[in-house]
Amino acid sequence: MTDLLTTPIPLAELQGTAAMPVSFHNLGRRFGTGAGAHTVLRDVSFEVKAGEIVALLGPSGCGKSTLLRAVAGLDAPSSGAVSIDGTAVSGIDPRCAVAFQEPRLLPWKSIAGNVTIGVPAESDAAQRRAVVDKLVGLVGLSKFAEHRPREVSGGMAQRASLARALARNPGVLLLDEPFGALDALTRITMQDLLLDIHAAEPTTVLLVTHDVDEALQLADHIILLGPDGSDNPGATIVRTVEVPGARPRDRASTALAGLRSSLLASLGVAGH
Amino acid sequence: MSAATGTKTTTKTVTSSLLSNGWARWSLGLLLPVVILLAWQLSTAAGVFSAVQLPAPRAVLAAGSELIARNELFNHIAISTQRVLLGFAVGAALGVSLGALVGLSKIAEVMLGPTIGALRAVPSLAWVPLLILWMKIGEDSKVTLILIGAFFPVFTTVSLALRHVDKNLVEAARAFGLKGVKLLTTVQLPAVVPAIFSGLRLALAQAWLFLVAAELIAASMGLGFLLTDSQYNGRTDRLLLAIILLAVLGKITDALLGLAEKWAVRRWS
Repeated sequence: MTDLLTTPIPLAELQGTAAMPVSFHNLGRRFGTGAGAHTVLRDVSFEVKAGEIVALLGPSGCGKSTLLRAVAGLDAPSSGAVSIDGTAVSGIDPRCAVAFQEPRLLPWKSIAGNVTIGVPAESDAAQRRAVVDKLVGLVGLSKFAEHRPREVSGGMAQRASLARALARNPGVLLLDEPFGALDALTRITMQDLLLDIHAAEPTTVLLVTHDVDEALQLADHIILLGPDGSDNPGATIVRTVEVPGARPRDRASTALAGLRSSLLASLGVAGH
Repeated sequence: MSAATGTKTTTKTVTSSLLSNGWARWSLGLLLPVVILLAWQLSTAAGVFSAVQLPAPRAVLAAGSELIARNELFNHIAISTQRVLLGFAVGAALGVSLGALVGLSKIAEVMLGPTIGALRAVPSLAWVPLLILWMKIGEDSKVTLILIGAFFPVFTTVSLALRHVDKNLVEAARAFGLKGVKLLTTVQLPAVVPAIFSGLRLALAQAWLFLVAAELIAASMGLGFLLTDSQYNGRTDRLLLAIILLAVLGKITDALLGLAEKWAVRRWS
């Protein structure tokens, strides 16, 4: 703590927003109207404590990303509501920051320039530069700060995207399959990086993934989404799992292996 | 067989390396004008055409130096260039702004689209009498006509291109709190820079076109005036001079814009 306080930038300015709790109340989302309407999500209710990492796990197309977009305010639910820190989300929410599956960096801006976009508009130029320098360093891209996105690898671009999200000092960090498109080795490195960042700045993290191992490695809680077997259309919460053990977890631990088989079975993939 | 293929490949490489060399490109581009000039000189020297039909290149040159000596030529060039640049600048600025509005706002598209489309269909010369009636025969009416000509290409390319900006980039920027003018200048306009420049180049060509339309009808100075004035006085030499000057000025301004385009496309993509 003391070494953080002796850095040139006051800690408060870098960690302006404290981690925030998120709660979902009977959230539902339908797309289309009339005969073409279909329900993607229904009756989703759960609570995420401040500073927790929660993984949303489910088969593709089950509405995981829709749920995440509802928290960011990029999409409005058809019924129910999301609240962050006790107030309902309506419209794009400045308390959240998103990292998408693709880096979505502006190709004409440098890595540093792209990270700057994440910094809240009200900060002045000096603050901005300090935050960007720090975050670009945190994700190990200092040497590439002035490179264009197309001049760096996919993993580096994804790290820049993560730095851009962190630059917002989010109360809630939303990660939409951020490591899904990376190769296996880079993915593990990125997962470790995320845990390091979370240890240094423990914000609330909602992580969408279809990778059971990733969920087991990163999350405090795993929320499994999917059809619940009833006649009602759309996905809902079919299972909530508390992952045992402190992070970083041993990827080969037997407790996790058992949980992995059981989660895969819930996802409809038996015998692994 | 293999020898033949080898020769063919060599010829191909030589040609492509020649085409990527700046000086070689210049010389090859100048080849046709030189041939035309030569044919012109030969045909006039042989007396194929009368001096009124087609004066010799030397006569055109002489007409040029005579106008320079009378301090007229550079005034014609200067006033015409000024009109084009002014009309082009204002028209392009309006084209980008209205194009952005119509390209990004559904309601603006529905409300303004049909009217702008109908105005675009009006032939350039149809505006001339009205503009003269409203603004008198002065600079305003001419610059306004050129502005109209420059506006539409920019408007059309910008409004169309903005509809196809990567939705993912825009969503990401919105998620980080960018909206309105900030979103436009940070994401949407940079994304359509190549389209803006192709619109600008079309607009510049249109501006020169509309300049001549404006000056043909009501002017006492400028290259368009030089054209009509020479026609009335039977000065084919000056007529040709004006046409060559229009070609050269148009090409030079387009080349300059092309350089700016190259730089901008590198910078913004």
